[in-house]
Amino acid sequence: MDTLDQIATQREEAEQNGSAPVLTVEDVHKSFGSQNVLNGITLSVKRGETLAVLGRSGTGKSVLLRLVVGLEKPDSGLVRIHGQDIAGLALDQLGEIRKKMGFLFQHAALYDSLTVEQNVGFPLQHHKKEMSRPEKAARVKQLLAEVGMEGDFAKMPSDISGGMQKRVGLARALALEPDILLLDEPTAGLDPISAAEIDDLVLKLQQEHLMASIVVTHDLHSAKTIANRLALLNQGKVVIEGDFEELQKSDTEFVREFLRHS
Amino acid sequence: MSPGVSSAKGLISEFLEWFGDLGIFFWQVIRAAVTPPFEFRELFRQLDEIGSKSLPLVALAGAATGVVLSLEARYSLTRFGAKSLLPAAIVFSVIHETGPIITGLVVSGRVGAGIGAELASMKVTEQIDAIEVSAVNPYRLLAATRILACILMLPLLTLAADFCGLLMGWVTQAMVEPVSLHQFINAGFSGASFNDFLPPTFKTMVFGLIIGLVACFQGMRTQGGAAGVGRAATSSVVLSSLFVILADVVLVKLIIIFFP
Repeated sequence: MDTLDQIATQREEAEQNGSAPVLTVEDVHKSFGSQNVLNGITLSVKRGETLAVLGRSGTGKSVLLRLVVGLEKPDSGLVRIHGQDIAGLALDQLGEIRKKMGFLFQHAALYDSLTVEQNVGFPLQHHKKEMSRPEKAARVKQLLAEVGMEGDFAKMPSDISGGMQKRVGLARALALEPDILLLDEPTAGLDPISAAEIDDLVLKLQQEHLMASIVVTHDLHSAKTIANRLALLNQGKVVIEGDFEELQKSDTEFVREFLRHS
Repeated sequence: MSPGVSSAKGLISEFLEWFGDLGIFFWQVIRAAVTPPFEFRELFRQLDEIGSKSLPLVALAGAATGVVLSLEARYSLTRFGAKSLLPAAIVFSVIHETGPIITGLVVSGRVGAGIGAELASMKVTEQIDAIEVSAVNPYRLLAATRILACILMLPLLTLAADFCGLLMGWVTQAMVEPVSLHQFINAGFSGASFNDFLPPTFKTMVFGLIIGLVACFQGMRTQGGAAGVGRAATSSVVLSSLFVILADVVLVKLIIIFFP
């Protein structure tokens, strides 16, 4: 076994026992035209850990998630997934890394020409060719049952509510058993009961699958429920990072203001 | 610098930038199209969507063209004492030019708008991002399949348009002056060779490339919500129609040179 293989094996073992981050963002900067969105963000997430990224609207939370999954490239800084810098990868190389990631979009982004079943089966259709059709169908059924949508196979996305679309989106994100789960405002636009149901679902899935997760949200209650650590962004920087108690003890004016209004 | 010159400079710059972005997009599609895994299922779906579903419209347009040609050509040729050349005039007009160009323009309207709107709608609702995040190459799944389907279907649709045009050309002539289909075909195709038929039919593959490429490009770079979707659909039709006509100018000249 050569040196590179040894390093990769050691890294994998460290990630498995939770000692090394699965996902790191190192001093990342991102601008769109003259607008600076992220000004030196550094974060890391280990296996089994959930980091909630909070902040006001427009502070770059969703941009951060898009950088982590490679939909945007940073102007400077590094994004590492399992130790590999993803910024310079070609689309097909990035695809290999994305197979280990699940992403729930803010509005679920279901394929509106496909049924619920076909949406959840989409990653399996493309990446699990070794699975037979009955095996894929069984896996889709299992995923929809996990998110409480087992009765809605044949429905189209336009036939189900926003909350149900998010559940289907979550099932689709889990189809390839990812190591990393990224959730963009999972409870945005939902009523309090549906939001609580999504929180409970995410927490249950986290405990079962032990993924490294980043949840972008402006809902502090949701963040407290599902996250181990919280990071609060303001003007493109991380103002504070820690558990909820540490945030409560903070003397920073912005943090106190944010907590007061949440 | 005067506002007019400044504005012209801006337009030229925008135009060149658009072409540059189109070239980069085309390169990404080619790279995706020639590397596995290949999206055969989606390709077959698009062949049906673009081919079979455009057939009625193309056939109708071809038929109407045949009628108009027959009426107009009869009038013109009779004035110059060349009425006996009417079948040949109809046949050569249809298979050389009107069949291919009418097919190209009809398909650019129907398919160009459809592809542009569909992909634009997917773009603004993050469905294309979702495809990419699912580790599926959207250039391969969405663009390459549609472009290839357009390239393959245009010649076949042109055949349909040609057939309907010639058939209705005969019907129109027969209504005025009884002539059997057999006589019409013999008179029309006497002196014709495959060089008169194949190059104009296969030039529609270039039309298909233009329609598919422009529509996919405009759709996949859309921004701006519902208004952006509308702009993408409109610009797909306008630009693909324009480039089909311009390409026809070049292709006709090349056909004359290489297939005299």
